[in-house]
Amino acid sequence: MTFSRRDFLKAGGVLVVGASLAPSLARAQTIPNADRFLGKPLEADRVDAFLAIHADGSVTLFSGKVDMGTGGRIAMRQIVAEELDVRPERITMIEGDTALTPDQGSTAGSYGIARGGSQLRQAAATGRQALLALGAARLGRGVEDLETADGVVRTKDGRASVSYADLIGDKAFGVALDPKAPLRDPQRFRFIGKSLPRPDVPAKVTGRHKYLHDLTLPGMLHARVIRPPAHGATLKAVDESSIASVAGAKVVRIESFLAVVAEREWNAVRAARQLRAEWTGGTPLGDHATFFDSMRASTIVREQPITRRGDVSALDSPGPGVRTLSSTYRWPVHSHGSIGPSCGVADVSGDRATIWSSSQGTHRYRAAFARVLGLAPERVRVIYLDGAGSYGQNGAEDAACDAALLSKAIGRPVRVQWSRQDEHGWDPKGPPQLLSLRAAVDERGEVAAWETRAWLPVSTANLPHLPFLAADAARIPQAQGRATGLIYQNIDPPYQYPNVDAVVHWIPDAPLRTSPIRAPGKIANSFAVESFVDEIAALAGADALAFRLKQLTNPRGVEVLRKVAARMGWQARPSPKPADPNAAIASGRGIAYVHYKHDETLVAMGMEVEVERASGRIRVTRVVCAHDCGLMINPDCVQAQVEGNVLQTLSRALHEEIVYDRERVTTVDWQAYPILTFPEVPTIEVELIQRLDAPPLGAGEAASAPVAAALSNAVFDATGVRLRTVPFRPERVRAALAGRPA
Amino acid sequence: MATLKITVNATARTVELDDPETPLLYVLRNDLGLTGTHFGCGLSQCGACTVLIDGRATRSCVTPTSSVQTRAVTTIEGLGSPERPDPIQAAFIAEQAAQCGYCTSGMVVAARALLQQNRRPNEAQVREALAGNLCRCGSHARVIRAVLRAAAGGR
Repeated sequence: MTFSRRDFLKAGGVLVVGASLAPSLARAQTIPNADRFLGKPLEADRVDAFLAIHADGSVTLFSGKVDMGTGGRIAMRQIVAEELDVRPERITMIEGDTALTPDQGSTAGSYGIARGGSQLRQAAATGRQALLALGAARLGRGVEDLETADGVVRTKDGRASVSYADLIGDKAFGVALDPKAPLRDPQRFRFIGKSLPRPDVPAKVTGRHKYLHDLTLPGMLHARVIRPPAHGATLKAVDESSIASVAGAKVVRIESFLAVVAEREWNAVRAARQLRAEWTGGTPLGDHATFFDSMRASTIVREQPITRRGDVSALDSPGPGVRTLSSTYRWPVHSHGSIGPSCGVADVSGDRATIWSSSQGTHRYRAAFARVLGLAPERVRVIYLDGAGSYGQNGAEDAACDAALLSKAIGRPVRVQWSRQDEHGWDPKGPPQLLSLRAAVDERGEVAAWETRAWLPVSTANLPHLPFLAADAARIPQAQGRATGLIYQNIDPPYQYPNVDAVVHWIPDAPLRTSPIRAPGKIANSFAVESFVDEIAALAGADALAFRLKQLTNPRGVEVLRKVAARMGWQARPSPKPADPNAAIASGRGIAYVHYKHDETLVAMGMEVEVERASGRIRVTRVVCAHDCGLMINPDCVQAQVEGNVLQTLSRALHEEIVYDRERVTTVDWQAYPILTFPEVPTIEVELIQRLDAPPLGAGEAASAPVAAALSNAVFDATGVRLRTVPFRPERVRAALAGRPA
Repeated sequence: MATLKITVNATARTVELDDPETPLLYVLRNDLGLTGTHFGCGLSQCGACTVLIDGRATRSCVTPTSSVQTRAVTTIEGLGSPERPDPIQAAFIAEQAAQCGYCTSGMVVAARALLQQNRRPNEAQVREALAGNLCRCGSHARVIRAVLRAAAGGR
């Protein structure tokens, strides 16, 4: 049955209707009066889509890319300040609101600055040229006699000037982005390249920052969704009397989509716990214990050669003196692990919907929500608000869909808050990866042939969006399929080996729903490739750094590796390190390198570890990273991203694995799915390379890619034992030290 | 419906609750508008909801409101404001020790409890005091530096 607005009135609930909903939308904005911009241009080729100059000379920046805590909120301001020539503190920023910002694509793939910022930069540069032209007309001078300075167009002799506000305040630029509009001279940057503090930090550390989770609307109900006890189970019956004791709590049911709503949040929580429901059937999940085997045995949807050069026949028929080596690397399913479980708020009334979400792709999901609600896309507005950090697609879009369906059903604004168990159990997961590598090593210790075979779950072509849990449960038709991200990149080595065959075996299935997770695929791929390079170096009796440098032609790659080596005081010698096998603690060092996607950011990472032999516990004591992402708008924000990449990926490599039985995920809290804690945090030393004249390449992901390999290489150096399956939990390390398969 | 009197950030407040056992977290956020205290797990596992109760760092997600009626509750908002941050908050700002910031309130509050017990903790003590506060963005190194900076008087 569906719970309606009328039911609620009968139940004696306090209902705020009609006119009060309109102001609630404005109240919900993070920027006061943002709705005054409704109707503004949104086309991403128009300057007015990105920028507005007001009568007081202040500037509003409209960004389709959002800041999930990465620093875009200051970096985008710095870009506009530099190119438009205004002070950054004069700029207000509106992010990810589909009614106010241009669609710049999802905030993903490390493209926030590299693409979104570059687009914005061109808009601001075009805007400055437009202001110079307006100033020329106003001052009766040629543009060549004019310059800009902090919101003013003036003659170069300084005798006459006119402010941006006087020229265009509250009026439109009315011009298209000019790809040739001249950019500022990097040698004279005033704001780009400076570590300006982020505007959101003071409010975040004092509890005043407003998150999506904090949003309340007049008349809003709190909801909790009850997911089935088994994947795909059908709801047979609901016993509404089971929540009769909870004040004001009501059941909402649409087919197998089941929720409770209440005026008070705690009552919704209690009702969700108390509600008795009968479920039947379901689609059994695969066997977790054997899923890597089933990946290898899977039917192949498609073979995709990534790199094929030379002749790899030495792998199967090695000549005299040629040694062969083969290894298999396994990467398990991971949760995004956001600290705040997903939340969604929606107000659906009549033929309109406003949805507040921490989605990294509000523009993309607008049409998706519209389809589910049966509304025209132009009737749906999705507004980004900060959630807990997201690193790909967590449960945010699903929670928003939950809220939208419930709001539509009951005719009131609804806030859905997922529980911790919901998030771990139901957020779309980072996919598992299986890579087998082979190499032939000639008598000089050179790589005569290299082969990578990667078994990876395939993304569905042209999938408009990840299918919503709620829509499936409510039997609302939607395109089915999976998304995994560009997980095939970096399965091939970044070194100039003459004979390479790297191929992806795309497989149709994954154990659970998947979505892109930070640096999709590249962490596991680099783990396999850069660990295997280390294995080859060890077989050849070569120093791991020298072995890499010998076949690395990219000078920027050489530079980051050399910087790390210098900082670590790298001693050239083969691994493992000669050590007393009876020592309680073995220590070692490892190194790894990635050229992200082979054409973006370059990262080298060194790691020092201690392995406690008795317990199998790994302690990472030191991480050294050199990082070249081209132009850095804000180096301190880049540094924070590097630190975050290192620590999050150490957590994933040391601790994390999603486990499930035949019905559902069983690792549904932080005890069953532990992550890195403060006592484990190593010293992190980062060397950032600034390239003012180069394009920005992105910093959100790349430094995560070499982490697991550097770690595994360091453990090998310390112990002579090679870890090839993540996570490196103590019991697994202990088994490996004892000579059992790791 | 029960009427409870509690003292939050040195102010006496009265709340009407259907269930007097309602976790303090929900009362702070929804009845008192103090949304700086965050829901992370409801299981006392992550620390995002940490508040001070009589000066001790406490997980508000598992603390029944009825249990704090005679005690002093301090939330993140009670420490300082963006305009007047307390020394720990000022140190977090100086170190830019937050990314998404969702876990940060709990860490600032936990750090306050630590510094009240131990004015000059060493790094190991800071790490231990924050061992129950989880962070996913990877701001840990900055948080440690910020707490040590606050302990050193902001330097």
